[in-house]
Amino acid sequence: MLTSFVATLPSTLEQGLIYAVLAFGIMITYAILDFPDLTVDGSFPLGGAVSSALILAGWGPLAALAAAIVAGTLAGLFTGLIHVKLKVRALFSGIIMMTALYSINLRITGGNALLSLPRKAVTIFRNNPLADSLPADLRVLIIAALIVVGLKLLLDGYLRTRAGYLLRAAGDNETVVTALGRDKGNVKIVGLVLANGLVALSGAILCQQQRMFEVSMGTGAMVLGLASVIIGLNLFRRNEKVRITTKVVVGAILYKVCVAFAIAAGLSPMDMKLVTAALFLAILASGTIKRKEKAHA
Amino acid sequence: MLEIRNIHKTYNPGTVRELGLFDGFSLSVEAGQFLSIVGSNGSGKTTLLNILCGSIPVDAGQILLDGQDITRQKEHLRSRRMARIYQNPAMGTCAKMTIQENMALADNKFKRMNLLPGTDKARIPLYREMLSELGLGLENMMQARAGSLSGGQRQALAMTMARLAPIEFLVLDEHTAALDPKAAEVIMELTDRMVKQHKLTAIMVTHNLRFALDYGDRLLMMHQGQAVLDAAGDEKKALRMENLLSLFNEISIECGN
Ligand SMILES: Nc1ncnc2c1ncn2[C@@H]1O[C@H](COP(=O)(O)OP(=O)(O)O)[C@@H](O)[C@H]1O
Ligand SMILES: [Mg+2]
Repeated sequence: MLTSFVATLPSTLEQGLIYAVLAFGIMITYAILDFPDLTVDGSFPLGGAVSSALILAGWGPLAALAAAIVAGTLAGLFTGLIHVKLKVRALFSGIIMMTALYSINLRITGGNALLSLPRKAVTIFRNNPLADSLPADLRVLIIAALIVVGLKLLLDGYLRTRAGYLLRAAGDNETVVTALGRDKGNVKIVGLVLANGLVALSGAILCQQQRMFEVSMGTGAMVLGLASVIIGLNLFRRNEKVRITTKVVVGAILYKVCVAFAIAAGLSPMDMKLVTAALFLAILASGTIKRKEKAHA
Repeated sequence: MLEIRNIHKTYNPGTVRELGLFDGFSLSVEAGQFLSIVGSNGSGKTTLLNILCGSIPVDAGQILLDGQDITRQKEHLRSRRMARIYQNPAMGTCAKMTIQENMALADNKFKRMNLLPGTDKARIPLYREMLSELGLGLENMMQARAGSLSGGQRQALAMTMARLAPIEFLVLDEHTAALDPKAAEVIMELTDRMVKQHKLTAIMVTHNLRFALDYGDRLLMMHQGQAVLDAAGDEKKALRMENLLSLFNEISIECGN
C-alpha cells in the first residue's frame, strides 16, 4: 500500500499544484470576500474547454491559457452583475452562472463532451523548448511549481496594494467600504472576476496536462477547492506569519495527498467523492476557525 | 447647512407590523453646529441617521445638503462628505486587518484604489502620531489586528480613521453606549476635540443625558418621530439635568444614566 502511495506521489504533487490555482480562486471568494461562489463548477471546465478548443485550432499554449483566463473573468463578471445589479442572492447567482456555463462549455467544444489533444500537441508541459529541456518525469512538476509560485507572488503583491486592501475590507466589513466612499458591489464584482479567472486558468492547465477535456470535470470543483482552502487555513490557524497564499497551496497539496492515500489504502476511485465528503466533514467538524472569526466580527 | 424637509417613513407598510415613524418631520442643522439628540428607545433616532446617511430610503420628503438635494444619492457617495460612528465598535474597522492597514485604508479614501502599495510607508509616522494622541497605546501595536482590540480602542481607532480624510459631517449613533464609563469618557472627549479641531457639523445620538448637556451647542429630544425639545445657544446652556429628566419622565419612558 505504501509503495503504491509513494509511486504515485509525484503525480499527486502535480495534481496538488494544479488544483492550488483553483484554490487561489476560491481563496479570493470564500476566504477574502466571504462570498459563496458556485460559478466555480462551471468556470473550471470553461477554462479547460477554451484552452483545449483553441489548442486544437492551432493556438499556442500560453495564448490558450490567456484566453481561458479571460473567459473565466467574464463568467465571474456575469455572476457579480447578477448578484449586485439584479440583487440575486450570492448562492443563486453562482448556480445560475454554473448552469449556463455547462451549455456554453459544450458550445465551445462544438458539442463534444470530450476533447482530447494529440500527443504531438504543443502544451505548456510538452513539445516546447522549456519542457524539452527538463527531465521527462519531473517536467510537469517543475512547470506547475513555477506557475504556482509565480501566481502566489503576484497574489501576495496584489493583496498589499490599495485595490487589494479594498478587496480584503469588502470581505471583512462592508460598512467600511461604504464609509470610504466606494460601492461595495463593485468591489465584489472585481473579486469574482479575479477569482474565476484563476479558476478557469486552473482548468486550462489541468486540460493541457491531461491532454483531455471532459464536460463534467467541474463537478465538485468548488468543494475540492473549498476543502483545500479550509485545510490550509486550519492547519496554520495559529500562525499569523504564514501568508494566506502559502496556506492555500499547502492545503491543496495536502488534500490531494489525503485522497491519494485513501485510494492507496484500497478505496476505489469510484469512492473518490465519498473520500472528499468525509475529509471535508472531518475538517469542518474539527476546525473552529469559522465560528471563532464570526464571533469576533 | 443640512436640511431635512418634511420626511415620512413607515416601516412594513400595509402589513400588521406597519409602523409609522415619521410623518412630516423637519430639521435643519447649520454648518458647524454640534447637535445632540436624546430620546426614548424606538423614537426613531437611528432611523433618522439612516435616512440622513442614505442607508434606508424615505417614503416622502427631502434631504438637502448646502441646498443640493441628496434624497436619492447613494450611501457611499454621501460618505464622501460625512463619517459615521456606530454604537457597535466593530462597525467602523476591519477586524482581520491590522491597525496600520486600517489607518492606511482610511487614508486612501480619496485616492485611486489602484495597484500602488496599500500602505504608504512615508505616512506611517503620521498614523502613529495621531494614534498616540489618543493615549491608548495603539501607536505601539500597529501590527495588531483591529479585531483583537477592546471596544473602546476599536472605537477610538474608528474615529481616528474618520479624522484621516477630510469630511464635513460627523454622524454619531450612541457611539459610547457599548463602552465602559472610562472609555466612554475618553471617546466623548475625543469626539469633542475632533469636532472643534476640524470645525465639523456633528449630529450625535446619545443615551447619556449628561453628555448631551455637557457637549454640543444644541439639544434635541425625540419622541415618536417628533422633537419634543429643541434647545440651542443660551437656552441649551440653561438646561439642567432635572429639566431633561422630568421631560423624559413625561414622555414616560425609562431614561439613560
Ligand atoms: N428596518 C426596520 N424594519 C422595521 N422596523 C424597524 C426597522 N428599523 C427600526 N425599526 C423600528 O422603528 C422604531 C424606531 O427604531 P430606531 O430608529 O432604531 O429607534 P431609536 O434609535 O430611537 O431607538 C423601532 O420601533 C424599531 O423597532
Ligand atoms: Mg438607535
